[in-house]
Amino acid sequence: MRMKILIVEDDPKAAAYLVKAFAESGHLADHAADGLDGYAMAESGDYDVLVVDRMLPKLDGLSLIHGLREQRIETPVLILSALGQVDDRVKGLRAGGDDYLAKPYAFSELLARIEVLARRRRTGPAEETRYRVADLELDRLARTVLRASKPIDLQPREFRLLEYLMKHAGQVVTRTMLLENVWDYHFDPQTNVIDVHLSRLRGKIDKGFDRPLIHTVRGAGYVIRDGAR
Amino acid sequence: MTALGKLLRTTAFKLTAAYLVIFVLFAGFLLGYVAWNARNLLFAQVDSTIEAEARGLADAASQGGIRRLVGLIERRTRQPGSSLYLLVTPAGETVAGNIAIPADSLELFAGARQITYAHTDDDARPHQALVRVFALPGGFRLLVGRDIGEAERLRGVIRRAFGWALSLVVVMALLAGWFVTRRVLGRIEAMSVTARSVMDGDLSGRIAVTGTNDELDRLAENLNAMLARIELLMAGLKEVSDNIAHDLKTPLTRLRNGAEAALRGPHDAAGYRRALEGTIEEADGLIRVFNALLMIARAEAGSSHDGMADFDLSEVVRDMVELYEPVAEEAGVPLRLEVPATLPLHGSRELIGQALANLVDNAIKHAPRVGDGDGPVTNAPDLLVKAAIHGDRVEIVVADRGPGIPEADRGRVLDRFVRLEGARSRPGFGLGLSLAAAVARLHGGTLRLEDNAPGLRAILALPVRPGGPHDGAG
Repeated sequence: MRMKILIVEDDPKAAAYLVKAFAESGHLADHAADGLDGYAMAESGDYDVLVVDRMLPKLDGLSLIHGLREQRIETPVLILSALGQVDDRVKGLRAGGDDYLAKPYAFSELLARIEVLARRRRTGPAEETRYRVADLELDRLARTVLRASKPIDLQPREFRLLEYLMKHAGQVVTRTMLLENVWDYHFDPQTNVIDVHLSRLRGKIDKGFDRPLIHTVRGAGYVIRDGAR
Repeated sequence: MTALGKLLRTTAFKLTAAYLVIFVLFAGFLLGYVAWNARNLLFAQVDSTIEAEARGLADAASQGGIRRLVGLIERRTRQPGSSLYLLVTPAGETVAGNIAIPADSLELFAGARQITYAHTDDDARPHQALVRVFALPGGFRLLVGRDIGEAERLRGVIRRAFGWALSLVVVMALLAGWFVTRRVLGRIEAMSVTARSVMDGDLSGRIAVTGTNDELDRLAENLNAMLARIELLMAGLKEVSDNIAHDLKTPLTRLRNGAEAALRGPHDAAGYRRALEGTIEEADGLIRVFNALLMIARAEAGSSHDGMADFDLSEVVRDMVELYEPVAEEAGVPLRLEVPATLPLHGSRELIGQALANLVDNAIKHAPRVGDGDGPVTNAPDLLVKAAIHGDRVEIVVADRGPGIPEADRGRVLDRFVRLEGARSRPGFGLGLSLAAAVARLHGGTLRLEDNAPGLRAILALPVRPGGPHDGAG
């Protein structure tokens, strides 16, 4: 999936890096150097995702997002900010942002989050009740998981973990994304807590099958997909 | 503004002026009342003397006739300090007496009257007298009176006393006002001087407290408490920057050295790749430390209050135990959880969650592993995570069976970057406990470290009611 991304960032070096990195990942990125330009471009262009810095010349990031939402432009927005505390995040999301990433960040984290945002926009808010990856099936209503038609017994949290992975099947999800969406905490887990959860889940899903579905993406996170790349 | 202008503008001076007016009015009223009463008393006394004398004269007249009366009057008028007498015929001619007065003064009237007269024997200086006029048989009239110059003198004395008293009150009031004003101004000026010295950067300046426990003292105490808090915060800030400078230079140096070594080394892609990966790893570590430090600083500055809400602490404790359970199991440390069904609390769910995560993480890192060879382990080396209400506080206990922390180090270990000997080989930055302590302080609570015999028992005590008094117990 090729995404069209608008980067609103006043630091030319950081912006050039992002444009290049997105291009290398197979996406198309435009750059606006201040809030007003960013607003005009976001209003007219058909972007899949906006990456908006919080502190911008002429028009700050939160006002830009607020203005777009007033105009009923619902393009998903990821806010990039040096202010990374819990309450800054809450403020950003309240202003109409869809996700929040504190600087400095890993590009893999940014990319994973943007892909999730863009996909959400394309598929719309309606959520499926069943997910399927290869011979793995998850029924959200019945809360059952089948691998090769054999039921797999999961703990509630393991179920939610798998549910999140399968909802974003084929997309990389990072450790912080998992902690945010499966546990609803927004701090940096510091140690490898999430990895251990994943390896447990793997033990239940992939053990005894010659085709593993949960893959580790080095330096980024995890992805559930049919077959190794 | 001139010094006088400043003085006139003070509250103390205005109050003094108001009191001065009130005191002068009061003193005037009091003296006036005394003077009026004294005069009445004197007049009553004079009047009774006149009456007694007149009765005596009337008796003499009725016994010995006018002639005897005239003789008596003439005899009495010759005595010094005598009363005043005047006897006139029905035609108005003076028969005897020692005063000269207009004839109409001799008309009959009831009671005593004050008149102005002149002595017949000396100058024509007018005197004041209180007189009575009596009708005698045969149409004669007799005036008896007494000079009341004494009463006039009394009035003078009182008037002078009033003058003196008034000046004394004014002088005293001005002095008192000046003293009070100067004292108040002096203390306020001292506060200004302290404030200026603090503004100039000397945070150790404090306002002198006089010990009189008045409102200025209370103000000074509160300002001093504020200054102490500011100084503490500034000291904390300085300590953080010192620590950042000191402890972050090591990983930064490693980062730089790694990059340099890669440039100097053999020019092969794999080597560069390894070096870059190492660089990113070091950078990530640095970012973590910065984030943790920022969070501690924010929690300590108390600026995260807007992130506070009502939440269920039991759920957070369960979440964290659940989050760390696989790690603990992998480390061979069974986690034991004891929480009530719900524990409503007001605060930052995120920060408390993170503080608890740090404590659990810490405990797992230091817990003896099964078959670790750290010594004979008789009991199951489990890790207890417990939350319960104790009075007005909620206590979250994380108790491990690890080596514990020597009592002497327990306070120090809460400081940033402090890592005890033996912990340096294990992963971590020495910020976990200080972050938990900062979160506790932000919520008005404390983090206590106790002996778990053996092991460490970390107790995060938070007040149930938000914004409760910061009680330093523990």
